Amino acid sequence: MLPHVTFEGVGHTYETQDGKNVCALDNINFSIKKGEFVAVLGPSGCGKSTLLRLLAGLFPATKGQVSIYDYPVAAPQLNTGIVFQKPTLLPWKNVLENVLFPIQYKQGRVSRKNKESAANMLNMVRLSEFSEHMPHQLSGGMQQRVGIARALLMDPEILIMDEPFSALDALTREQMGFELLDIWRQKPKTVLFITHSISEAVLLADKVLVLSPRPAHIIADITISLPRPRSLNTINTPEFSAYTDRIRQLIYHPNTNARSSVSGDKND
Amino acid sequence: MTKGTLNFSTSKLFPVFTLLAILPIWEVMVRMFEIPNFLLPAPSSIYQAFIAVDPSRWAIHLWATLRVAILGFCLSLVISLPLAIFMVKSKFLAKTLYPILVIIQSTPVIAIAPLLVVIMGAGEAPRLAITCLITFFPLVVSATTGMMSTPEELIELSKSLKASAVKEVWHIRLPYAVPHIFSGMKVAITLAIIGAVVAEFVAAEQGLGYFVQFSTSYFKIPQAFAALLLLSTLSLLLFKTVQLIQYLFFRWSLPKDKF
Ligand SMILES: Nc1ncnc2c1ncn2[C@@H]1O[C@H](COP(=O)(O)OP(=O)(O)OP(=O)(O)O)[C@@H](O)[C@H]1O
Ligand SMILES: [Mg+2]
Repeated sequence: MLPHVTFEGVGHTYETQDGKNVCALDNINFSIKKGEFVAVLGPSGCGKSTLLRLLAGLFPATKGQVSIYDYPVAAPQLNTGIVFQKPTLLPWKNVLENVLFPIQYKQGRVSRKNKESAANMLNMVRLSEFSEHMPHQLSGGMQQRVGIARALLMDPEILIMDEPFSALDALTREQMGFELLDIWRQKPKTVLFITHSISEAVLLADKVLVLSPRPAHIIADITISLPRPRSLNTINTPEFSAYTDRIRQLIYHPNTNARSSVSGDKND
Repeated sequence: MTKGTLNFSTSKLFPVFTLLAILPIWEVMVRMFEIPNFLLPAPSSIYQAFIAVDPSRWAIHLWATLRVAILGFCLSLVISLPLAIFMVKSKFLAKTLYPILVIIQSTPVIAIAPLLVVIMGAGEAPRLAITCLITFFPLVVSATTGMMSTPEELIELSKSLKASAVKEVWHIRLPYAVPHIFSGMKVAITLAIIGAVVAEFVAAEQGLGYFVQFSTSYFKIPQAFAALLLLSTLSLLLFKTVQLIQYLFFRWSLPKDKF
């Protein structure tokens, strides 16, 4: 079957305002099957958000090609939902209006059905009581959950999430992870999930991509074959810790047992 | 909550108390040291001069100044917002226009005023132009800064929804700039009164600025002071009006502790 998302030889170099070049991505190759949940792990500043922006079609890659069903991504796709790393809510709209914003913005109006599903989404992220609150009255983690509800509202085919749970406490974070898996099971979508947490990546994903420090290339592409549905018990299985240990090894000693996909010359 | 509101309203009255305290001291000082009227008139003689002038005459002068200030301010707003939008959307325009704006801003308007009168004739046009010139810069700068400070992610959200540039400006950048624009408007509205008065100094036969000048040339210093106080009051009221508009229609844009 044709993969849903493909990165072929993708590299990206930013040109900063003072004319310097910053190479963020270097020769990235991977593909995501339809309905697959892929997590991306990598050190801070390695180029994860850049990867996400390329898939979102926000700007073109300077090298290689990103495609969706074999069509090059040249512009943003409407069937893609994005959760940004920072909660990006509109300060002049309340929580409910923020969740509805993409629909309002696209169509100029919102139907009653839209409002109902927005209320459902807010219920899912446990913010029902706060639907009339203004963003500045929420904590950072609550704002981030509004952002998640907003991205899920349109039921996108592709869901891109940039460290969506990083502002949450450990407990809420786990709960939200399971909620996300629930939604994903009910309404299957292709997910690219960026995270700093090894256990989160293993718990959620079908496949974990481990990135090197900048310029990022893929140092490992690990298929997680833990049974689904996953639950709290999954975390206690020896298979789970085997995966997390292996990934930790790869991150701390990338050269000893990496399935390196690139020759490793750093050119920044 | 109640305590907060209580503190808020009493603290608002402090300036009034201060003023009320200053007036008797002022009066006593002037009488005690026998300061001549043309140096510093006592509040009582200012008041006397004030009521000696027919209210309808006050109204005419007040209205003349207010009209120029408000029209000039609105004209300035109508020019500066689109200009700010163009400068935000086009790096080229920003680079070419900004230096010009800075040059205009650093040229003293008072020095341009007589020239404008010569160029535009003695009607209301030069007065509006002067008011517009003096209020223009804070409005452009605040609107531009506000729109530029829109978080990149919001712009990306807009792009990911395939929105047009017009939509992006209208629904995201402009609302984001509202708190900045109001700061700029609060500065500009008081400058508008200054602009109107400067214009009246140069060429006018009405207005509070004209009345100050007219009164001093006849050595009616208390009367000039009365006009001056009226000007300050006017300026303050306009400032408060801008504040009120922000409070009524853009409450979310106020500093968060004022909620
Ligand atoms: N607009 C830009 N202009 C220039 N350089 C940029 C730009 N955006 C990102 N970079 C650079 O590209 C590199 C990768 O950035 P990116 O945001 O993709 O990292 P990240 O992996 O998401 O980091 P983090 O985990 O901290 O969010 C960084 O070194 C950053 O300095
Ligand atoms: Mg990032």
